[in-house]
Amino acid sequence: MSSPDSSESFDLIGERRAVISGAGQSDIGRRLYRDPLELTLDACLAAVSDAGLTTSDIDGLSTYPGGMEAPLGFSGAGITEVHDALRLNLNWWTGSMELPSQLGAVINACLAVSAGLAKHVLCFRSVWEGSAQGNEGRSAVMPGGSPGSSYRASGFMEWLLPYSAPSAAMWIAMMANRHFHEYGTTREQLGQIAINARKNAALNPNAIYRDPMTMDDYLNVRMISTPLSLYDCDVPCDGGTAVIVSRIDTVDDLRKPPIQVEALGTALHGRPSWDQFDDLSTMAVRDAGSQVWGRTDLKPQDVQVAEMYDGFSFITMTWLEAMGFCGKGESGPFVEGGSRIARDGELPLNTHGGQLSAGRLHGFGFLHEACVQLWNEGGERQVSGNPEVAVACAGGGPMAGAMLLTQRR
Amino acid sequence: MSTEVPFRILPRVGKRNEHYWHGGRDGELRFQRCADCGYYLHPPTVLCPLCHSKNIVIEAVSGKAEILTFTINYQPWMPGLEVPFVLAVVRCLEQDDLRITTNIVGCDPEEVKIGMPVKVIFEAHEDEEVWIPLFTPDESERP
Repeated sequence: MSSPDSSESFDLIGERRAVISGAGQSDIGRRLYRDPLELTLDACLAAVSDAGLTTSDIDGLSTYPGGMEAPLGFSGAGITEVHDALRLNLNWWTGSMELPSQLGAVINACLAVSAGLAKHVLCFRSVWEGSAQGNEGRSAVMPGGSPGSSYRASGFMEWLLPYSAPSAAMWIAMMANRHFHEYGTTREQLGQIAINARKNAALNPNAIYRDPMTMDDYLNVRMISTPLSLYDCDVPCDGGTAVIVSRIDTVDDLRKPPIQVEALGTALHGRPSWDQFDDLSTMAVRDAGSQVWGRTDLKPQDVQVAEMYDGFSFITMTWLEAMGFCGKGESGPFVEGGSRIARDGELPLNTHGGQLSAGRLHGFGFLHEACVQLWNEGGERQVSGNPEVAVACAGGGPMAGAMLLTQRR
Repeated sequence: MSTEVPFRILPRVGKRNEHYWHGGRDGELRFQRCADCGYYLHPPTVLCPLCHSKNIVIEAVSGKAEILTFTINYQPWMPGLEVPFVLAVVRCLEQDDLRITTNIVGCDPEEVKIGMPVKVIFEAHEDEEVWIPLFTPDESERP
């Protein structure tokens, strides 16, 4: 697919006027049964304080997906609730889900500070899917109800729900199967994403699942939708994550050296669809990933930490290829055996445990962890050697956003 | 074989999509097609994405297709859903990018393969005036 280079006519890559100055999280748990607004605000205040700022310094607010009632637990709070709860005075704000992934909310903030519309943007994402599903499991939050319901499918779900395909697990499973078919990828290779995540989660006190997982455990757990089993699917949880995006000339006001936003990826060149995208063995990640490298002099081999979306393990495989860490179709051999993506390997991957083991904080968890690693705040799970270049990538299917981040000490 | 119609969430049918969901009443798989450049359009829209013509007609295709990819689903996502079943993306033979997501029925899920020739059949939900296009192995295409 042709990739028009959006940066060729500009001297300045605009996102370099943006830095990440603080990051924070609320308590995180499988089912906390706490007020989701409280979790959201705990994360927001933690991030503001981490940056060395106060709420009176915050003049921008950005979130994904914004306030919404359904599916239950998908949004902990929208812009309006956080704006009012913290009595912010805003110069710029936005909350939306039609974005290049969940990280699109942070990317928007980078653009806002680059454009001079705001100085310090509080970006947040919170979920309470664990509590929302309660003891009823996934069917409690699935669209469409049950036999006898008058619900009718519309929008893009019109083409999926009548075929009993309500879950992204099934849509992604078909892409994984196509990848297996074209490139000979195996379940044992895919399993390394889940096993690696679990290994890292063991060192993350906030992770949901921390007990060791063997390849036998992985291969023998129940199948969800071939080739994806339970351990290929992330774990719903409750929690909030927030980061502060600041304008680069505010650096003297900050508590610690901020993280430089080096380059962004937001492209989507194929059809915006789960099943109509031209190449069924990859996703929008292909376009967002390659765009990043057109906006920087850094190369994939400069990246020391990779935090890449694993709502389903296969998505991480496509990100590995999209970001150029291996060739198209080569993610299977790349992760084979697991040593390359281990915390002490050549490309430490999902060092907090990903959404597979640390909980489905939905995109923002990867950015949070990339910042933690670049600030050398990872504790037991800190990647050694003072990493200075990291990627945070989020999204799957027709949504993808990538951020290349640097910490120059 | 049971004559009971299985549980499905049905689509909201309106002017733009009725050709697809009603075609099965006449045994036809129907799509929008650009009368100017001949391109089939799916999902339904209001102008041709290639030539921007609004001269769009409804046409039946052969119903023959090829499986591009599939999954065997084991998870009972909703009450009333019987598992396992096969979800697939198929390509209609008329056009390289004329695809639909559908179910493969009438065979053991373990027999389904990428590249397998399939043909359309329809599951009638007559009370609701919806005919769901499904696909089944096309024995006539077997070597």
